[in-house]
Amino acid sequence: MEKRIAVELRHIKKHFGPVKANDNVNLKVCAGEIHAILGENGSGKSTLMNVLSGLYAPDGGEILVGGTPVCIRSPKDAILNGIGMIHQHFKLVDALCAWENIVGGMKTRALLRKKRAVAEIMALCEKYGLPLDPEKKVCRMTVGEKQTVEIVKALYRGAEILILDEPTAVLTVQETERLFEILREMKAKGRAVIIITHKLQEVMNVSDRVTVLRKGVSVDSIVTAESDPARLAELMVGRAVDISVPYVETPRERREPVLSIQNLHLAERGTGEKLSIDQLDVCSCEILGIAGVADSGQRELCESIVGLRAAEGSVLLKGAELIGLDPRAMLRQGVRIGFVPEDRLGMGLASGLNISDNAALRTYCSDKGPFLNKKAEKAQAVRLTERYHVSTSGVDQPIQSLSGGNIQKVLLGREIDQGADLFIAAYPVRGLDIGASTFIYEQLNEEKKKGVAILFIGEDLDVLLGICDRIAVLHGGELMGVVDAKTATKEQLGLLMMGQRQEETSHAAN
Amino acid sequence: MNEATLFFQMSVQLGTPFLLATLGGILCEKAGHLNLGIEGMMMLGAFFGFQAGFLSHSPAAALLMAAAGGALGALIYAIITVTLMGNQTVTGFALTIFGTGLANFLGKAYSSQIMDSTVTAALGNHSIPGLSKIPFLGPVLFSQSLFVYLSLFLAVGLLFYYQKTRFGLAVRMVGENPGTADASGVNVTLYKYVHILLGGALCGLGGGYLSLVYVPYWQDNITAGMGWIAVALVIFSGWNPVKAIFGCYLFGVLKGMTLKFQGAALSVLGLDISLAAQVMDMLPYILTVAVLVLSAISKKGAGAGPAGVGKPYFREAR
Amino acid sequence: MLRIERKTNSRFLLQRMLSLVAALAAAGVVVAICGYDPFVVYREMLKGSFSSVYYVQQTVQKIIPLLMMGLGVAVCFKMNFINIGAEGQFYMGATAATYVALNVSGPPAPVVMLLMFAAAFLAGGCWCLIAGYLKSKWGVSETLVTLMLNYVAIKLVSYLQYVLWKDPQSFGFPKIANYPVELQLKPVLGVHSGWIVALLLTVLIWVLLHRSKLGYELSVMGSNEQTARYAGMNTKKILLLASLLGGGICGLAGLIQAAGAERTLNDQMGGGMGYTAIAIAYMSRMEPPVILAVSFLFSILLQGGAYMQISMQIPSAAGDVIQGIILLFILGSEFFSTYRVVLTRTRKEAAK
Repeated sequence: MEKRIAVELRHIKKHFGPVKANDNVNLKVCAGEIHAILGENGSGKSTLMNVLSGLYAPDGGEILVGGTPVCIRSPKDAILNGIGMIHQHFKLVDALCAWENIVGGMKTRALLRKKRAVAEIMALCEKYGLPLDPEKKVCRMTVGEKQTVEIVKALYRGAEILILDEPTAVLTVQETERLFEILREMKAKGRAVIIITHKLQEVMNVSDRVTVLRKGVSVDSIVTAESDPARLAELMVGRAVDISVPYVETPRERREPVLSIQNLHLAERGTGEKLSIDQLDVCSCEILGIAGVADSGQRELCESIVGLRAAEGSVLLKGAELIGLDPRAMLRQGVRIGFVPEDRLGMGLASGLNISDNAALRTYCSDKGPFLNKKAEKAQAVRLTERYHVSTSGVDQPIQSLSGGNIQKVLLGREIDQGADLFIAAYPVRGLDIGASTFIYEQLNEEKKKGVAILFIGEDLDVLLGICDRIAVLHGGELMGVVDAKTATKEQLGLLMMGQRQEETSHAAN
Repeated sequence: MNEATLFFQMSVQLGTPFLLATLGGILCEKAGHLNLGIEGMMMLGAFFGFQAGFLSHSPAAALLMAAAGGALGALIYAIITVTLMGNQTVTGFALTIFGTGLANFLGKAYSSQIMDSTVTAALGNHSIPGLSKIPFLGPVLFSQSLFVYLSLFLAVGLLFYYQKTRFGLAVRMVGENPGTADASGVNVTLYKYVHILLGGALCGLGGGYLSLVYVPYWQDNITAGMGWIAVALVIFSGWNPVKAIFGCYLFGVLKGMTLKFQGAALSVLGLDISLAAQVMDMLPYILTVAVLVLSAISKKGAGAGPAGVGKPYFREAR
Repeated sequence: MLRIERKTNSRFLLQRMLSLVAALAAAGVVVAICGYDPFVVYREMLKGSFSSVYYVQQTVQKIIPLLMMGLGVAVCFKMNFINIGAEGQFYMGATAATYVALNVSGPPAPVVMLLMFAAAFLAGGCWCLIAGYLKSKWGVSETLVTLMLNYVAIKLVSYLQYVLWKDPQSFGFPKIANYPVELQLKPVLGVHSGWIVALLLTVLIWVLLHRSKLGYELSVMGSNEQTARYAGMNTKKILLLASLLGGGICGLAGLIQAAGAERTLNDQMGGGMGYTAIAIAYMSRMEPPVILAVSFLFSILLQGGAYMQISMQIPSAAGDVIQGIILLFILGSEFFSTYRVVLTRTRKEAAK
């Protein structure tokens, strides 16, 4: 059956300074189909969709909607052409209600007609089976509700072409399944749906066709049913690579608990209990993975261990109690914990300062007297950049002018060079391409061989199953269980992540 | 008219430049821009309004030029903070230095000159038939200058604008989260420019009221720091134009008391404290600090002002 | 079509110089519109600042408060504490010093002098510390608190001058008594010795910001407070300490101005220099040597403006106008250090 082409992109180019985010991308999406755009991090998926939704001005190429070339210079133009985008980081105003967010910015009459708008919104929700309270303020909504508002917003504006940027990244398995139902509903109503993802399974699950992006170039467009995950992976990376992550075997007898968590609780004012872990050990020569959907307590766990949050209970590092100590007190007592936080520029690095200053963050306070030893700092930074292959014009270069991979190398290198007993890496490869990711994995494995205990917080189950020895699963701040990474399956982890406890797996390994 | 009525009538007059400037500040902050240049824009409005009124004897020209003077300052501010994404705090400062300097510089030629009486009379007191006969409220609110009526009308009108019109909703989105407004199809730059300029025009009118009606002759630094208080009054009123009326009139009362009770001696616990004008003058500022502290404690930072204030917006920021 | 892109490198100094030249040109245009010959105005300004030894001394004397307050503000700005209360801290410092100077008569002059320094530092520091404390405790905006406290301080000085400390020997003229001669700063090379203090402070603050742990902590906090906490810094303590220090330096500036230039305390002595100093610190990106250079530039505007008023009846406010324009240009030009404007091909051309 030949379908009508809803939107077509020809030879799209978009450069950010020297970075070619899109360098000749072609895409055809039909009405009444779900079209997946697949690519690894940094392949230019989001850039492409931001071009289509008018946020980025392309450097070249053309966009056709319904067969006619259109000029999209702003999101307004995109909306007028029936393109609606649901951003990965929701574009909603927290201080306003749902209906205000949905209506705001539309060219209606000068006076707002709230009753009418709310009635229209409710009718739309009914049509697609979307649950929504139009009077609810966005700041009081869950992630799933916010996504619903975004979808209704796009539909309300008459979007014929819906773009969803990594929509499942923040959703649980059930929410994901429900979202896919809604997408199929839209497809049945003749709309074109574009879903951006880097998860192969989702592509297989929901899409009719898939376009693969690699290094800013669209490599192929294929019918999903005629493909398989291995083929897609090959297209995505460009060679028949083994995308499994390197695992290093360490002798079992060298494993002994370095970090012991007992009855760890964290409750924060107004928000209720955030974290509750009865018992968890991390051993030397081991990588313990932490799995869970977003905001299941991963951040709280890391920050409680390093003393940035006031948790209760007991956290022993080689027998010494950490609870009650702040980061500086830990340092004074000789506690060495390497910590790579999830948002590296939000915490861990000072983006306005140069490499040398950032490299000194862990060591400056051991300089003698009230002064800094600038020479030593500089030498240390030079060693760091050499050892971890940071490509830079010099250690005086500000951190913010480095690429994501190099920024992560500076942070990881500094934390490793502390000579830590425990190393915490939260999403260390987020946003990095495969080359940089592999480098990070190798460094972590090196540390593991040296006997360091490693806590690896990850989002991609394949990565976790590949690199870890054991995997602990968090759900709503609670520890669901610990499984042996060599024997566990993704399905098993998925169940735990959804909150279904499996008692028999909790004593795996050791 | 009894003394109390007279006092409150004066307080309303004293509060009016605050109100116009505060409304201007609200317009600007609701669009996501903290403008510390209110003082400078008031000075520009005061001078250009004065000059136009003095030379043309036309009240309309005076009013227009007062607004245009403030808008001119706002335009400079908008170019630097919106288009060139400059630091809002320091730009506001620089605007005040520039605006005050320019008004004082050009104003030297008019030093101590008295405003044309036809202009002052035309913009000055006009009793509203009927309403002005209401006891107390009549003289206090309805036998006042055109500026008083204008500011009250604007305050109510602005609240309506923000809550009931699509433009008001759109600018609230711009001020809270420009990225979202942009993605929703709002022309962020245009909205920011329009509201910053309108805000500047209101500040200019606030200055114009001083030089055209209230004082009404030219003197250096005619606004005397009122613009800074207006910055705080924006917060005091919780970014609500109607609440601003009460806040500004409260400060008018405070200023009125300064004029009325200065020099009087107060005996506290056997100590004679002289209520010198200088001590009374401190009150608005101390009260402002108290208000800032109270609103910070009660809200703990959350839901305070528009969330986007102070941050420049660059669409292609990655 | 014009487009804006992020830049990867920038030449700070060259760009600042260019915007300065552009600002002077623009200010010239404004002056011309106002009916004065800009070349004459600039010439007179330079004449008023450099044409005789006396004028040079006057110019140098005007650098001192700008420089000192610029340094004090820089300490606060470094940790992203937007202290715009230099003016108020200056007055509080001067007030405390004056109290000591006029009331402590027992100990020898050098001891009283030391007391004056301590009092001025503490008074200015505590005035700033109020905002620091309110910020660390409840997150109150330091910008507005420091701003409001400026006016409280100025009104306080007015009150002292007109009422409480009015010199009975001044025949009803509202004036506070002059400092005893031995407590006035003696001239060194024709300018009161405050310049030595100011230069010394420039070096000290440079060392503090670039070579000390505290300075390092301030930069990390200014860049990213989360990272500062991550590294174990006690951000609240640092905030309080640095606001005390920054305000204290502004307080010392007040003492120097009172004991050196004015020889008394009055409510005009600040003259908005505290605001100029904020702009100076910001423009100089908190670099002490640059603050020194920019203070020098602005002191020419102040001194030149004052001279013009007398010599040519051009209002001294012309100095403020030029100052404002320079500031606005530099703020606007910051854009060109982070972004570049590129001319891109239009869609049609690109499609070919």
